[in-house]
Amino acid sequence: MGAHSHTHNQPSHGTDDLAASIKSYLMGFVLSVVLTAIPFWAVMTHHFEQSTTLAVVVVTALVQILVHLKYFLHLDFSKEGKINTFSFLFTALIIVMVVGLSVWIILEANALMM
Amino acid sequence: MSIAIPADLEVAHAEDHHEHHDTSGNTLFGFWIYLMTDCILFASVFATYAVLYMNTDGGVSGKDIFELDFVLIETAALLVSSITYGMALIFAKRHNKAATLTWLAITFALGCVFIGMEVYEFHHLIEHGNGPQRSAFLSSFFTLVGMHGLHVTAGLIWMAIMMIEVAKTGLGNRSITRLSCLSLFWHFLDIVWICVFTVVYLLGAL
Repeated sequence: MGAHSHTHNQPSHGTDDLAASIKSYLMGFVLSVVLTAIPFWAVMTHHFEQSTTLAVVVVTALVQILVHLKYFLHLDFSKEGKINTFSFLFTALIIVMVVGLSVWIILEANALMM
Repeated sequence: MSIAIPADLEVAHAEDHHEHHDTSGNTLFGFWIYLMTDCILFASVFATYAVLYMNTDGGVSGKDIFELDFVLIETAALLVSSITYGMALIFAKRHNKAATLTWLAITFALGCVFIGMEVYEFHHLIEHGNGPQRSAFLSSFFTLVGMHGLHVTAGLIWMAIMMIEVAKTGLGNRSITRLSCLSLFWHFLDIVWICVFTVVYLLGAL
């Protein structure tokens, strides 16, 4: 009784494989640290103009989300992983509509009432 | 595999053994669908925050109350806990019980640091009269950050239960499936936190 029914949807259990899994997580971690440090540094030191800082903060956040999805949640377009990725993409579409349209409506309403 | 499984679990396990591969995949996919609905819940609260954050009713705004060096430490705790949980799952799949428990304990401790800091921040705000009832901005701030905090707390309770389960019954397929679900949950919360520190703290302090 054990893991044998599991093995074909999992990588094989060699030592190379252990190193590869750890390496993948470390890669994601290092990228995340860099992508967290940059926006905090930009905001805390006021190094750029406000509009540039805004762009830096938003872009690093989006890239960091992609890094987490790839290295930590292991989303991909393989045969087994595709359904998770597509359900996520559908959710992302809903989120963009919910958040984006709400903000748009309220900003327009604010502007009209000024 | 020399895994100690109690007799009743062993029987249940044997019964569904021939279809185990399918149920494990279904469980993970079902949990993923739950996370997607949770994403939409968070998105609604983010939208509420985006709509209300300017309405400070003459009280404090984000610029006055956010301390970025404090938030940076919270962020670091959560980010490091993501990779330590990844280590726990890697060792769980290799049936290394001691290493799994060690990494889970480290992850649990980091999660507690995060929650401890958040409770401190909330307490500090309420103590100075900046509680959720003060303004629409603070209501939506407490709702958004508090909801993420409640999710992390739920994750910590789940993790504590998993540590007891793994310590008592070892790393059977069921435990690994549960640990994999918790892994999705934990990494998902880290992604939500990226959005929180970006939208609330960084853009708020800009």
